[in-house]
Amino acid sequence: MTTILFKDIDEPGLNTIDVYRRRGGYEQLRRVLSTMSPDQVTEELSASGLRGRGGAGFPSGKKISFIPKANVDKYLVCNADESEPGTFKDRELMQKSPHMLIEGIVIAAYAAGANKSFIYIRGEYVEQADILDAAIAEAREAGLIGENILGSGFDLSLVLHRGAGAYICGEETGLLDSLEGKRGNPRLKPPFPANQGLYQGPTVINNVETLMTMPHIIAMGGAEYAKIGTETSAGTKLVSVSGNVRRPGNYEVVLGTPSREIIYGLAGGPPEGREVKLWFPGGSSAPVLEAKDLDLPYDFNTLQQAGSMLGSGAIIVVDDSVPVVSVALKLAKFYRHESCGKCTPCREGTRWTVSMLERVDAGLATPMDLDIMASVQEQIIGNCLCVLGDAMAMPIGSMVKKFRAEFEAHIEEARLRNPYGGAEPDPDPVLIQGATSA
Amino acid sequence: MIGRRRKRAPEAVLTPAVERGPDVLPPVAEAQRTVTRFGHGSRVPGWDDAADLTKDPAEVPDPATTPVAQALRDEIEAHMAKYPDFRSAAIPALAAAQRHHGWCSPEAIEQAACVMRLTPGYLIAVASFYDMLETRPVGRHRVYICTNISCSLCGADELMERMQQEVGDDPDFNVRAFECLGACDIAPMASVNDVYVGPVTLDDVPVLVEQIRAGTPPLPGKQLHLRKCVDPNVTSTGGPNLRGPQGETR
Repeated sequence: MTTILFKDIDEPGLNTIDVYRRRGGYEQLRRVLSTMSPDQVTEELSASGLRGRGGAGFPSGKKISFIPKANVDKYLVCNADESEPGTFKDRELMQKSPHMLIEGIVIAAYAAGANKSFIYIRGEYVEQADILDAAIAEAREAGLIGENILGSGFDLSLVLHRGAGAYICGEETGLLDSLEGKRGNPRLKPPFPANQGLYQGPTVINNVETLMTMPHIIAMGGAEYAKIGTETSAGTKLVSVSGNVRRPGNYEVVLGTPSREIIYGLAGGPPEGREVKLWFPGGSSAPVLEAKDLDLPYDFNTLQQAGSMLGSGAIIVVDDSVPVVSVALKLAKFYRHESCGKCTPCREGTRWTVSMLERVDAGLATPMDLDIMASVQEQIIGNCLCVLGDAMAMPIGSMVKKFRAEFEAHIEEARLRNPYGGAEPDPDPVLIQGATSA
Repeated sequence: MIGRRRKRAPEAVLTPAVERGPDVLPPVAEAQRTVTRFGHGSRVPGWDDAADLTKDPAEVPDPATTPVAQALRDEIEAHMAKYPDFRSAAIPALAAAQRHHGWCSPEAIEQAACVMRLTPGYLIAVASFYDMLETRPVGRHRVYICTNISCSLCGADELMERMQQEVGDDPDFNVRAFECLGACDIAPMASVNDVYVGPVTLDDVPVLVEQIRAGTPPLPGKQLHLRKCVDPNVTSTGGPNLRGPQGETR
């Protein structure tokens, strides 16, 4: 197995600049600034085939090449608002190797020509933010951030911005609004952030893991990195495995590894005597897959062809002891809470989905409600400014579709357990005129 | 009253609308009497309260009549200086004001608005959006229990229930179910005054509550920073990351 990001990750004190340097840290930055032009860096990144690790999987080199060359203020924002349920890879990376992130940021900013950079970290990660703050101070003192970095004439400021708890701020335009000191409402696209982002300037937004991979790509060369993994999904990916597994945690896998090997081989599979019922391959926003899909190779394209997505690389395993309705209800409630309320289909759709799932759970629903629920999901997808609504509609829709029999059985069972929805039947029904009592 | 701006001396204190007499405000319905208001009449944060449209919006607070503690002022100004646009400091400023006042109280918002030269309304809009900015008075011990999907598969709902039973109606505690806290590897988990602990068993709950009350570190053996990487391909060269941000050994 290849370990790139997780090499030396448990080295004691890797979060200090001395240990990081002893492990070869900041060497790539020095090389980039002294021997490479920004275009060469972008070319290396494009050649590596690196795709964004935050969820959308957009080619990172291409993203940087979209930034206009004009002489205006350009920005680089690191998205460390890791709030996709099931994802915790960035937390481990930032906590244990903050300098690798700083090195990646400076390299990416150099390639994009950005002079101001920000890390937007979610407010809940207090310990990680403190570690990053200390690392940034160390790097500034060592002349790795600030003016004239390593004598190259390249300037870059870096500010750590702490959020305050909102899932939507992980969406790139919501993040920008939040960073500008507003409510984190997503913006209409286009214009895309590459043209008009933070403070209306061209902005590159990258995930923590993507940025941290960049020094390694520079070190081994883009072409060499592209040899790892599959043709369309190059490199290694941190996978956060959680839920009903014996060894939950982050694993670095080569893209294209069979999913069964990750879930059973690395994470130990579900507890004794239980089977995988369904699994989310890319965080809670990804359409669910079943046990029969376990042999799919874990990479961007295969999962997309299977009707799901790799997303942020968070595998959540649900075993056969858990009713699918409770999973759906939990998810829907989360998205209802986190919907920012800007677009009607998402705001109302998430609320209605919760109400209908509660009806299913209470025994008030009929199988027809499942069709209504599916149609609500269809009307959310693609009709909002951002994909938060889709992120609920896709997994819920896939659950209703793939586990319809179980939903129907649940409705029937709940109805028998709870006739009349818990209400007393009317003892003396008033008959409509002309009707006769049976 | 709309269209005719009236200057009223800003009062820093909360005055329930009913105490200010019928000559200042129109008669308030019985149900509205508990709505707390700023001195200038705007309702305090809480997006589901009805807005009083007969009031003029609050203006940028006057520094001469809005006392702000020097430490808080310095902190907010330091945040404002970090960004190209000072308004970016809204969240850090509110977080600082919240640390100072315990919650985003009307005074806290007023003071942050005064330092930032923004209207209280702007900051209320921001404060009511984010989960970690409290728009109601809360206890000082923050216990966030993750009840999202991975944690609830591992028993977070039972943990939440047990925690609420154990804490009871202790006003010092702010126990709340939180959305995914990004630590599903230690599920079920909790963030206790910003320290991540887990997996928290039901038997740990009384111990944990006792530790919080006593002010000692929560579940020292189960804190997140002690956890090693589980990937078998990682060659562990030593213990877990035992050094703190400043390189100190913990």
